[in-house]
Amino acid sequence: MSFKDKLLSSYIALEDYLEFDSPLHDVRNNAIKIFEEEGFPTKKDEAWKYTSLNSLLKPNYSIYSNKERNVELQNVRKYFLHEIDTYKLVFVDGVYNSFLSETTHDTLDVCLMSSALNKSKYKPVIEAYFNKVAKSDSLTALNTAFTKEGAYIHIPAHKEVEKPIEIINFSTGNEAAMFLQPRNLIVVGENAHVQIIERHQSLSSNEVLTNSVTEIFAEKRAYVDYYKIQNDAETASLIDNTYISQERDTVCRVHTFAFGGKLVRNNLNFYQKGEHCDSTLKGITILEGKQHVDHNTLVHHIAPNCESHQDYKGLFAESSVGVFNGKIIVEKDAQKTDAFQQNNNILIDDKATINAKPQLEIFADDVKCSHGCTIGQFDEDALFYLRSRGIGLKEARALLMYAFANTVLESVKIPELKVRINKLIANKIGVSLGFQL
Amino acid sequence: MLKIKDLYAGLEGKDILQGINLEVKAGEVHAIMGPNGSGKSTLASVVAGKEEFDVTRGYITFENEDISELDPEERAHKGIFLSFQYPIEIPGVSVTNFIKTAINETRKAKGQADMPASEMLKMIKEKADMLEIDRKFLSRSLNEGFSGGEKKRNEIFQMAMLEPKLAILDETDSGLDIDALKIVANGVNKLKNKDNAVVVITHYQRLLDYIVPDFVHVLMNGKIVKSGTKELAYELEEKGYDWIKEELV
Repeated sequence: MSFKDKLLSSYIALEDYLEFDSPLHDVRNNAIKIFEEEGFPTKKDEAWKYTSLNSLLKPNYSIYSNKERNVELQNVRKYFLHEIDTYKLVFVDGVYNSFLSETTHDTLDVCLMSSALNKSKYKPVIEAYFNKVAKSDSLTALNTAFTKEGAYIHIPAHKEVEKPIEIINFSTGNEAAMFLQPRNLIVVGENAHVQIIERHQSLSSNEVLTNSVTEIFAEKRAYVDYYKIQNDAETASLIDNTYISQERDTVCRVHTFAFGGKLVRNNLNFYQKGEHCDSTLKGITILEGKQHVDHNTLVHHIAPNCESHQDYKGLFAESSVGVFNGKIIVEKDAQKTDAFQQNNNILIDDKATINAKPQLEIFADDVKCSHGCTIGQFDEDALFYLRSRGIGLKEARALLMYAFANTVLESVKIPELKVRINKLIANKIGVSLGFQL
Repeated sequence: MLKIKDLYAGLEGKDILQGINLEVKAGEVHAIMGPNGSGKSTLASVVAGKEEFDVTRGYITFENEDISELDPEERAHKGIFLSFQYPIEIPGVSVTNFIKTAINETRKAKGQADMPASEMLKMIKEKADMLEIDRKFLSRSLNEGFSGGEKKRNEIFQMAMLEPKLAILDETDSGLDIDALKIVANGVNKLKNKDNAVVVITHYQRLLDYIVPDFVHVLMNGKIVKSGTKELAYELEEKGYDWIKEELV
């Protein structure tokens, strides 16, 4: 049985347990129909030209974990930002882990999607927001149909959340191969502020495929600062579908640090629905071996007087493959848009590949849009300069990598997280420089 | 200290240096002058070990050891320093962090432990004061947004920190106003002693008023065509290079 057929029959089994009279049931049924018709994307789809899911669809994945899920804090502590106090939503093999989590209902809700779906007090929020910004492509639809668990975060108006919220998805390897579909809903009220860190971490060398969907709604004047740490095991793959809806005067920033995993596809979508929105999309990608990371971004300028800033830096070693597909759409009414996109790549080895494709669709006539894309090698003059001061080749390259990634790192607003990312980079490139940026 | 013997070197099969002979002894200051394109910067880069250049004939020894095949960092560890004509910008890496890395990498290569932080700070303060470098400057990203003069002063600061045996200053005077030039020259003079040596590469005699050379060499078409004492520099300043060409014919 193909993975697609397995999923379709699982859905029929799942339906028996679902909320029958809920409007959500129709949403799920529509979603599974989309997935049934479209199936998994293939390289024939323009948006998937450089990334094939074929090899990921072969393992016999468990769709729900059958075995006991247990992780010891001491084994996973390093994956938390434990230097500072945070709210934590921890899921193990797709199931909520109360022991490792720290939730709250005190003025804000940091809790579970499963409760939000089942408790009547959350019903108005679910009805107003759930699946309202997510696209109806087949992978998002697949997640929608199976929506069961994930983060539910609701920040009321004018609330400045005092500590970051961590969303961590562990997979234990108790199953030979695991398919996970977390579903997160984040609603940030008027003038509210929040910082969120998201991480997916496999704890074994068994195959894991995650198809995650996150919807973020920023009400007017809200501020959302979101960090994705992708440093997973080399048998773990991730398809991340994130949709951000911005009302007027909002600032939304997403930083993606892609260092690990077998295959990662980031579908990151911003929709600017009100005036004076500010969107920032930044990323550092450092790959080696046969790793494959595909950043597929969309910034949809719908309202006038908005800005967007994209800055993606990539370093590709050995036979790794990077893809950057950045689309900016400026609608006819989105006059005075200021959209900027930059994508710089360094190929460290001859066998590494980068496919970069900026796409600008501009229908307004009074806008400022610019994009720049570079693909290069290390600057030999810069290497010579560093080496002439006694710094070895490996360390000199590392310094240049830091310098290259610096424009992305410098905008990380949580100092402890910045230190962590510095360390991850040092580990990844195998050089410790003895200082942080 | 440094001996260059019959050195031919260049790019892609074309020799830029066409038989250089030069000996620099400890305690000496040498000036290398010459018109644009004569090979001055190439000579500096070849001595420092830039891999882009192929040495096709001859050799370079430093303290009686052939260094022709050594990596740039290995030459630096032996005590050779090149002050660049165009220093490279390294965003995100502060002057302080950079110099710490350079010093500790050099110590590591010699099998020594990292320099203790307190000692490093003391040394940074001392050398920065000597070159009249503001403390704020040290926390800026290396060379990023520096003026021409700041870049050159920062090069000499690094030289002061690394305490090389042989310092090659490639066009250190270009882009400096007279006050900055005096500070830089003063720094070089303070670092100068009987055990180290300086090679100054310059277009103009101006710098040599402040860093007084024992020997002046004229480089033309990849060869040293004339050597003399500091008076030769004045003569070049006054008459240009054409008279040497004529003399050679």
